[in-house]
Amino acid sequence: MIDALDRAIIDRLQGDFPICEQPYAEAAAALGIGEDELITRLQRLLDTRVLTRFGPMFQVERMGGAFVLAAMRVPEAEWERVVEVVNAFPEVAHNYRRESAQNCDFNMWFVLATETPEGIGAAVRRIEAASGLPVFPFPKLKEYFVEMKLAVRA
Amino acid sequence: MNTSADDLDRRLVMATQGGLPLVPRPYHQLAGQLGIPAQEVMARMRRLLDSGVIRRIGAVPNHYAIGYTANGMSVWDVPDERIDELGARIGALEFVTHCYHRPRKLPEWPYSLFAMVHGSSRDEVLAKVARIAELLGADCRAHDVLFSTKILKKTGLRIGA
Repeated sequence: MIDALDRAIIDRLQGDFPICEQPYAEAAAALGIGEDELITRLQRLLDTRVLTRFGPMFQVERMGGAFVLAAMRVPEAEWERVVEVVNAFPEVAHNYRRESAQNCDFNMWFVLATETPEGIGAAVRRIEAASGLPVFPFPKLKEYFVEMKLAVRA
Repeated sequence: MNTSADDLDRRLVMATQGGLPLVPRPYHQLAGQLGIPAQEVMARMRRLLDSGVIRRIGAVPNHYAIGYTANGMSVWDVPDERIDELGARIGALEFVTHCYHRPRKLPEWPYSLFAMVHGSSRDEVLAKVARIAELLGADCRAHDVLFSTKILKKTGLRIGA
């Protein structure tokens, strides 16, 4: 599905995209390809969902907002309904289904991103009201490490 | 948003949170949308990057699509007085992509140290989790690994909706 050039693009462009007049041309030159080819490839990687996005990644805390991990225990019979309810909130930045190696029944894990710290509590209450289920927020008390760049293996 | 981000910064965030325009002069296109000079867009982007409001600019891959089909959130119950030292050591492992101290939710949730591990298979992730367990030794009172089985949503930040 992706070839060697796609892999090189993803590996090289997970950060440090230039801020200049023609950033795609500059990034393409570093990869030894043309600007058009880079733009076409990025569009295709987005269309095929190999990339979920191309652009800035924000740390909302640094602009006064908050990112908070939260979890729910969703009964299987209600799964589809609750996914729809939770995903409909724009404050839900991403959401994963998870299964435990043991018997933990927290099976829905999502991240809330809001413009103010107070927005988190409000979103939690609205999700609880809309879903009829408790939401457990897990705010970070301390960040030891974050580095999301992964080398392509596919 | 507070005083650290003025209204124009906020509009710049809203204009780029879905992605940069895929055109030869993306910052010029944003400038047109916002009604400000391109030089100002670029200066603001640089400032947001320097101040950490923007963590980085580039490709955000779908982990599954680039070969990381196993993604395990390992969670650990460790003594509170030891967590900062242990968190720093676990976070420094080359295969840990995120490492945080988070609150317990007793009685349902006894774990306080979260370390995300990505791999091509569950066995690979579990082998890495075993290395964390080894490193924690007697400081690990209980642990679990929660594997993601489906991405339900992944849009990133969406303010102003």
